[in-house]
Amino acid sequence: MANKSILKTKKEDYNIVIAGTGGQGVITLLQVLAEAALIEGKDIKTSELHGLSQRGGSVEVHVRFGERIYSPLVMRGKADLVIGLETQEVLRALDYAGPQTVFLVNKYFVPIPLEKKMTEGEIVDNLKKISGKAELIPASDICQESLGTSVVAGIYLICLAANKDFIPLKPESIKDAIKKVIPQKYLELNLKTFELAKQK
Amino acid sequence: MDELLVNDPGKKVILMGNDAIVRGALESGVQFVATYPGTPASEIGNDFYRISKEANVIFEFSTNEKVAMEVAAGSSFSGLKTLVAMKNFGLNVASDPLLPFIYTGSKGPTVIFIADDPSCHSSAQSEENTRAFSYLGHIPTLEPADAKECKEFTKIAFDLSEKFQIPVMVRTTTRVAHQKMPMVLGEYKKNSSLARGEFVKDANRFVTLPPRVLGMKTELIEKIKKMQLAFEKSNLNFIDRGSSKATEKRGIIASGVAYLYVKEALKELGLDLPILKVGTFYPLPEKKIQSFIKGLKNILVAEELEPYLEKEVARLAKDANCKLEIHGKDLLPEVGELRPEYVTLALAKFLGKKYVLPRIKTKLAVPKRFPQLCPGCPYWLVFGGVKKATEGKNVIYGGDIGCYMLAGMPPHFLQDYLSCMGSSIGIGHGIKRATGQKLVSFIGDGTFFHAGIPALINTVYNQSNPLIIILENEITAMTGHQPHPGALGAKVEIKIEDVVTACGVKNLKIIDPVQQQEFIAAIDEFLEKPEVSVIIARHPCKFVKKV
Repeated sequence: MANKSILKTKKEDYNIVIAGTGGQGVITLLQVLAEAALIEGKDIKTSELHGLSQRGGSVEVHVRFGERIYSPLVMRGKADLVIGLETQEVLRALDYAGPQTVFLVNKYFVPIPLEKKMTEGEIVDNLKKISGKAELIPASDICQESLGTSVVAGIYLICLAANKDFIPLKPESIKDAIKKVIPQKYLELNLKTFELAKQK
Repeated sequence: MDELLVNDPGKKVILMGNDAIVRGALESGVQFVATYPGTPASEIGNDFYRISKEANVIFEFSTNEKVAMEVAAGSSFSGLKTLVAMKNFGLNVASDPLLPFIYTGSKGPTVIFIADDPSCHSSAQSEENTRAFSYLGHIPTLEPADAKECKEFTKIAFDLSEKFQIPVMVRTTTRVAHQKMPMVLGEYKKNSSLARGEFVKDANRFVTLPPRVLGMKTELIEKIKKMQLAFEKSNLNFIDRGSSKATEKRGIIASGVAYLYVKEALKELGLDLPILKVGTFYPLPEKKIQSFIKGLKNILVAEELEPYLEKEVARLAKDANCKLEIHGKDLLPEVGELRPEYVTLALAKFLGKKYVLPRIKTKLAVPKRFPQLCPGCPYWLVFGGVKKATEGKNVIYGGDIGCYMLAGMPPHFLQDYLSCMGSSIGIGHGIKRATGQKLVSFIGDGTFFHAGIPALINTVYNQSNPLIIILENEITAMTGHQPHPGALGAKVEIKIEDVVTACGVKNLKIIDPVQQQEFIAAIDEFLEKPEVSVIIARHPCKFVKKV
């Protein structure tokens, strides 16, 4: 188990922003995290967008939990954890970041047409300047290699975050939430992902 | 079993605002639902589409929101407990039947759900504040702040409608409709069978002809006064003092999601002030507001978009406390949604406290990522074909509401105007008559059924010659793949070519845009015609389930 100092006391609000591109399953991640927080008896508010914003454009969801939560949106500068499901998209969530923020960034590029690709090195260096707690994780590659699909990269990242104590929720709560949220057809794959994230 | 249909009172579940509305309606015993999809209201219809059979609720996706509102009125006149839902622009279309419906009142309790979209996350055309309709139509209007209130307010709205015999509007915004939070389920008794209403003739009640219509208006205003009295006492409007002192001279009035941001902002600034949380935008609890502001020196009104509430507070302060210093839109934006940091900053200024927004300095700004047509979407072929056929011909491209709005974004750039549902044809006809320039307008099949047909008839009748390309993908794709009258698998499928022909269009071709040469040749040919032409570009959305 890593860095305990990052783990906040359970009474405080915990703020997560997940950034990605449409179709990466951010809403499923939101549901898993919210259900896991409910299992632990926390108050929860989340925010998501539907509609045209899903069509491969940038997407961003907010998950907040704690003793009593009001706003569904994370306040600027107050994110405890920012997850980037795509390497560049994490930069759009920087408004929410501050010196306390842990960044978990999937090493996975969806090119933006007609634009110069930024290097992951440049991106991570900049994130480190903000909080010093930025990790680039090849989640898509790990899942592709071990499970034959990268579709569960997001689930991998949140399981990893819980294992590393970056999210103040028990990994078992995440596992139970997966069982509740993920349709039967994909459950086995997602549970395997949970186990895979445990080994790291 | 669907989670929304579980009868397990006391069970704690996480629901999104729209799903909570559906659950609230089920707990209220809703019998009839009519809707038209539109983000951020779509899930209300999607839920009922999924569960209506099991729940014994009469359900329909109506052709458009105006029709949905009329259908709801018919159901209500026949005594059934009725729900109608749409997004804000839908209410513009539905306002015509809505206003007389408020005059006649409801017989079966009726609740109208309208979702606004501040910041236009999923809305072209305008940033609308539906609360203006509350004044226009004397429409009782409730504003929930969170997902839990969505469920509670829905049940209260049905009760109010039953008691006062008037449709009640529940107005949400994106951050309420698409907000998830835990809540406790109430008792749900499933309808034993589909309801069978009865229309009992009563011309005095259901016929809005003058001079009776003026009598109806008088009765309506009386109803509203009675509701206002009830709202003065209702805990839909409550004062949240927190830990503030009774001698506190500063206060806040907040409505909708702004209330949550105020609570968050107070927490951030580490203090408490009394808040009057207004849940009934119309009619307003005027006496409650007056008694709240009486002893105060200054007040902040926190609301999204236009300052309707702030103006009311200013009016009410004239009698109650003419020295009251009122703040609102001088500290908060009128354009775009509120965010917790905006409210924190406004509140800090209001209190004369220093607060600096945290700002990250980074060298890397990520370029905009435009939404894209899905891989395999037939519109790629439509836009590609149109581009090839019209290159160098100085053609005007008319856009309409649907996934094909993406024509306006890279790499397509095929959209020279865009307005509301169905308008590509009407505006196109106007441009043609005014200029004679070459013009192609795009309209999807769902949008064509919704509002395109009268405009097509007008184009034929008033004789102009645009080329109208109807993108027939067999589904309402953008809002989440709902069916429509021309969709495959519809009980009675209405063929678009039959409608177009019946409208008097002579130049008509039905082409799968996969046949690019044929498609391009048809565009070339039709652009030269002296009369209106229609190409039906027929290829199903890749999400259409084959039947």
